[in-house]
Amino acid sequence: MSFLSMGKNVARNLFEGPATRRYPKEKREYGPGSRGMIGIDIEACIFCGLCSRRCPTGALTVRKDPREWEIDRLRCIFCGYCVEVCPKKCLAMANHYSPGVTVREDAVHMERQAPRPAKEAPPEAKE
Amino acid sequence: MIEEQTTIAVEKDTLLGAVADFYSQGYRLVQICCTALGDVIEINYSFDRDYRFTNLRLTVRPGEEVQSVSIIYWCAFAYENEMKELFGVNIRNIAVDYRGHFYRTAVPTPFVASRKDAGKPADTD
Amino acid sequence: MAQRNIIPFGPQHPVLPEPIHLDLVTEDETVVEAVPSIGFVHRGLEKLVEKKDYQDFVYVAERICGICSFMHGMTYCQAVEEIMGIAVPPRALYLRTVWAELSRVHSHLMWLGLAADAFGFESLFMNCWRLREGVLDIIEATTGGRVIFGSCKIGGVRRDIDDDTMKGIVEKLQAMATEIKRSTDVFLDDYSVQHRLKDVGVIDGEEARRLGTVGPVLRASGIAMDARKIGYAAYRDLKFEPVVEKAGDCYARCRVRVREIFQSIDLIAQAARKMPPGETALKVTGAPEGEFFSRVEQPRGEVIYYVKANGTKNLQRFRVRTPTFANLPAMVRMLKGAGLADVPNIILTVDPCISCIER
Repeated sequence: MSFLSMGKNVARNLFEGPATRRYPKEKREYGPGSRGMIGIDIEACIFCGLCSRRCPTGALTVRKDPREWEIDRLRCIFCGYCVEVCPKKCLAMANHYSPGVTVREDAVHMERQAPRPAKEAPPEAKE
Repeated sequence: MIEEQTTIAVEKDTLLGAVADFYSQGYRLVQICCTALGDVIEINYSFDRDYRFTNLRLTVRPGEEVQSVSIIYWCAFAYENEMKELFGVNIRNIAVDYRGHFYRTAVPTPFVASRKDAGKPADTD
Repeated sequence: MAQRNIIPFGPQHPVLPEPIHLDLVTEDETVVEAVPSIGFVHRGLEKLVEKKDYQDFVYVAERICGICSFMHGMTYCQAVEEIMGIAVPPRALYLRTVWAELSRVHSHLMWLGLAADAFGFESLFMNCWRLREGVLDIIEATTGGRVIFGSCKIGGVRRDIDDDTMKGIVEKLQAMATEIKRSTDVFLDDYSVQHRLKDVGVIDGEEARRLGTVGPVLRASGIAMDARKIGYAAYRDLKFEPVVEKAGDCYARCRVRVREIFQSIDLIAQAARKMPPGETALKVTGAPEGEFFSRVEQPRGEVIYYVKANGTKNLQRFRVRTPTFANLPAMVRMLKGAGLADVPNIILTVDPCISCIER
């Protein structure tokens, strides 16, 4: 019968402190490769709608006329598919999750592109 | 190609004979599944021994009676109850028959009922 | 005259992590019959394939289960790749193998904690889950998510692991292996653990095979059947033998899973040594046409995916038979003759994953 077979473990538990993080005092550090919330560079977006068609949960809505891009952060599953299919590479993934909300509607985030000058100067209107 | 997979077509009257052959040769029942293809239902019985995979395929019309194989392979009762409830395949003599209470669905035979709208364009809801 | 009672077990129960309902017919305190009842988390994922494009469906397939999630995605990708005749680059196959074995290590450590917790050994539960955090950190650093990897796609994998990171992973796992060995030795050599697990829930090898059992439950009864020997992904080039125990009781099932943790760590080291350089994914266009049965060894046993495609963007039929679904009849057989206090032990050594049973 080995009494002290867990001795090392006991000593470690006594001296090292708790194995869990004291959240929310100590916030978690996410690594660089972690998948997190989606952000967009709205000035580069061409509103093709590819991201909203490919989204597995339908979290993205793209409206071409008022030039709006909307994401429902509570529907997003952080898969990163929209980032991959975007032809202009204007979507990016942060490495932390979106903050919590108390009302469901607060999770919907909308970005609108500033109106561009009209088509009198076509080379300038294109990026 | 990962592995060779053979499929043998059977009829309703030769099904139990083929399954009994597999049982006596020591095959293991892997799974039973069915596919609703418009006006016929295709039932696949899969067997495996020493990593060699064989498949028996039976094609029936909806409502046609199929004999259960759970008298030979007792474990088939789970698959057959599921097929009966989700697809409406008429299987008789299942060893442990749940009589429609395996899944408790709101709509009877949900996997076949709405195959009519399989032709509609996909929506990203 | 013994009194017959029917005791409902689940869907809410302290030892069950997921909802399954069993009606236990008992005579005094011995279970005479058990009738399982499932359907509490049925999400109809097999029907969802009619609405989603076959390339987008990987994300749904991965989320059938949280523990075996990577292998679900891998099996789906494998099935569609075989139908379309895509030759996945070798580096992607090796990466998939590494992630699959990491998935197995984390699943077995989680199972060990839950099984210990089920019969009261809470400190082992906490210890195992602390060790598991090391594995989850590796997974998050390489794939981006702790539990849902999101790294498999049709045609290969989405991310790469460079050689330095691979070396670091192998070293970290080998350091972890000494710690895991210390905890599991204490667990398996302990007198009370053996007293509670030996000769409980015995199932004979031949009967287990007739009942269609798969995975560690079958291997603990003496039958050497491991779906990795079929040779999918990179397993054709790796050397390993199925881990087999003879007794067929709860203790043997525990031993099989503990030995598999060490086998997985060894497989990851082998794969890291042999990994070829190259690209990690191929571009896939077009639509699949045909059918295939894809089999993969998940932590709980052999999963089989039947995928049938008819040339359109949506698959015609998608059928998953998960290992716990195949182990249900064996579980019912094992419960016959068991004492009421042994029911949680038996159920947890079968390692049920209920969200897998009812996709």
